[in-house]
Amino acid sequence: MQTVFSIAVDALAYGMVLFVISIGLSVTMGLMRVVNLAHGAFAMIAGYLASYAARDLGLGYAAGILIAVVGTVIIAIPLERFLYRRLYGATELTQVLMTIGITFCVIGIANFIFGPTLKTIPLPPALQGSVDLGFRSIAAHRVFAIVCGLVVALALWFLIERTAFGIRLRAAVDNAAMAAALGVRTEVVYAVSFAVAIGLAALGGVVGAELLPVEPYYALRYMVTFLVVVSVGGAGSIPGALLACLVLGAIDTTGRYLAPEYGEFFFYLAVIVIVTLFPRGLLGRSKQ
Amino acid sequence: MKKLAMAAFAVAVLSSAAYADTIKVGVIGPFSGPFAVSGKNFKVGIDAWLAVNGNKVGDNEIQIVYRDIPQADPAQSKSLAQELIVREGVQYLAGFYFTPDAMAAAPLLSQGNVPMVVMNAATSAIVTASPYVVRTSFTMWQNTTPIAKVAKDQGVTKVITLVSDYGPGIDAENAFKAAFEKEDGQVVETIRMPLSTNDFAPLMQRVKDSGAEALFAFLPSGPPTLAFVKAYNDNGLKAAGIKFFATGDLTPESDLPALGDAGLGLTTTYHYSVSHDSPENKAFVAAAEKAIGNPVELTFPAVGAYDGMYVISRMIEATGGKKDAKAAVEAVKGLSWTSPRGPVTIDPESRHITQNVYLREVGRDADGKYINKEIQTFEKQGDPGLAFVKK
Repeated sequence: MQTVFSIAVDALAYGMVLFVISIGLSVTMGLMRVVNLAHGAFAMIAGYLASYAARDLGLGYAAGILIAVVGTVIIAIPLERFLYRRLYGATELTQVLMTIGITFCVIGIANFIFGPTLKTIPLPPALQGSVDLGFRSIAAHRVFAIVCGLVVALALWFLIERTAFGIRLRAAVDNAAMAAALGVRTEVVYAVSFAVAIGLAALGGVVGAELLPVEPYYALRYMVTFLVVVSVGGAGSIPGALLACLVLGAIDTTGRYLAPEYGEFFFYLAVIVIVTLFPRGLLGRSKQ
Repeated sequence: MKKLAMAAFAVAVLSSAAYADTIKVGVIGPFSGPFAVSGKNFKVGIDAWLAVNGNKVGDNEIQIVYRDIPQADPAQSKSLAQELIVREGVQYLAGFYFTPDAMAAAPLLSQGNVPMVVMNAATSAIVTASPYVVRTSFTMWQNTTPIAKVAKDQGVTKVITLVSDYGPGIDAENAFKAAFEKEDGQVVETIRMPLSTNDFAPLMQRVKDSGAEALFAFLPSGPPTLAFVKAYNDNGLKAAGIKFFATGDLTPESDLPALGDAGLGLTTTYHYSVSHDSPENKAFVAAAEKAIGNPVELTFPAVGAYDGMYVISRMIEATGGKKDAKAAVEAVKGLSWTSPRGPVTIDPESRHITQNVYLREVGRDADGKYINKEIQTFEKQGDPGLAFVKK
């Protein structure tokens, strides 16, 4: 029984870290219909910024997160204006080619500026060490990641489903011309959504850095995992992404505990089964 | 027409005579991509050697030709080696970070009349792939075997092993098991982790549940080693008194600043520490730090490359610059010298380097820099793994 609890705790923690990093990609792919393979690159940029601010400038973890999120969004704004804007509504192949190109550029630049070694983001004392749960201990920063994940999930769900901006966004996505005719400034809506998605990638990059350390190949190394989360959850669905992360986290963690020699076999088997049964993902919207 | 052919022949003869003074050494390694820091260390080791000893051996000038192979890719390694031998006319092949790359290029050596000096790839079997392979790095068996003794000396009787599920990982597992069982220890469980693992928490739980008093780990240096060590600390294994044994791959100098205090006290066995205290090493580190730019990035492949260059220079000396792989390899069999890592010998039979293996503990030096502090020396270690290859 204790083992079951202990696996459940690990699964929850791993799933929530995945969620925080992947949810921004779900927003770009599902709501904005852009296959943004540079998502990991933005998360990585944030990791570098946070590491620079917190470690080299000694500004602390909270300031590091803030600087990383704001900084990454600032870097992303010109990219949205000059590159991504051409991609809205383009074919998927075009989107893939351009965003993977951006990823390679970012990898090269990061390698050039920061070098190939790992960068860490020093944690504040409160997040170091571990928390005793009675039957086992868990790293304090994982508890923080779980909380971050829940907050992000709630806030996003509220933003998209319950606010005027969310309504405009969904309208702009479903039928841009009609939404524009009704007075929705679709360009602004897109730009803001893009910024939110990048901000989420940045937050995920920083919060998840303990699990996925920041180095130049971060941008590509974990992209497959992020894409899997989005396709299993259903692009654009917040509850879907959350569910996907929890399910995949549970399967991956259980497999790793009980039969590590099978590697990621169970993880990808689950992905194949789910995608076969639910081609749009667990809670994906159907295309109009 | 005949005149023209004669002229062409004459030019060919003359030019080959003129080029005989320049001896090309082809170095294949990961100079870009995720393992670029290792490739950079190859280059730094070579540059440091050239800076200290100059690029001339007798009348012959050494010229290095680099070829990039970002990830383990046997087919590409073979074609690069072929291109180096046929088109560039290299007399020596060197480098090779990954075992599959070295294995793929080895069959070309006899026909190309070219010796290969392996500067990193660490699977025991490589030296058996061709009689023209000489290795100046280490093997997993060589570095793993002493730590089993260390574990025993610390009174540990039950160990769980965790290794990355690929060639060198399996080597490490087998080496530790063989050595530890010889010491009457018990390996309670062996776990092979996929190379892509990034969340180690469930594995740490499994270590706890296994009832082992210590864990032995091997992962190739890179991002997962950091996560692994952190998981060991965060999941309360350190607090529970479960000891941590590993090879130095988990604590390369380039990762130590990132590990920070989480790494303090980790004990590993390895053939080289940048902080090794000897005049030879001080000279090497001074030259290498000048070549690398950022001293933090200096780590073990550099010393393999540095010693590899020494071996190549002796080969050139012995053959007088002529292309004769057999004579070159014969000349370095049994060669002994003092390397930055300590006294070393090229074992005449296996053509692998016999060297000291050190037990190190991660600590801080006088300047507060994180280092691998050597605390015990296991002298003249050969490669115990070779016995298992031949079986």
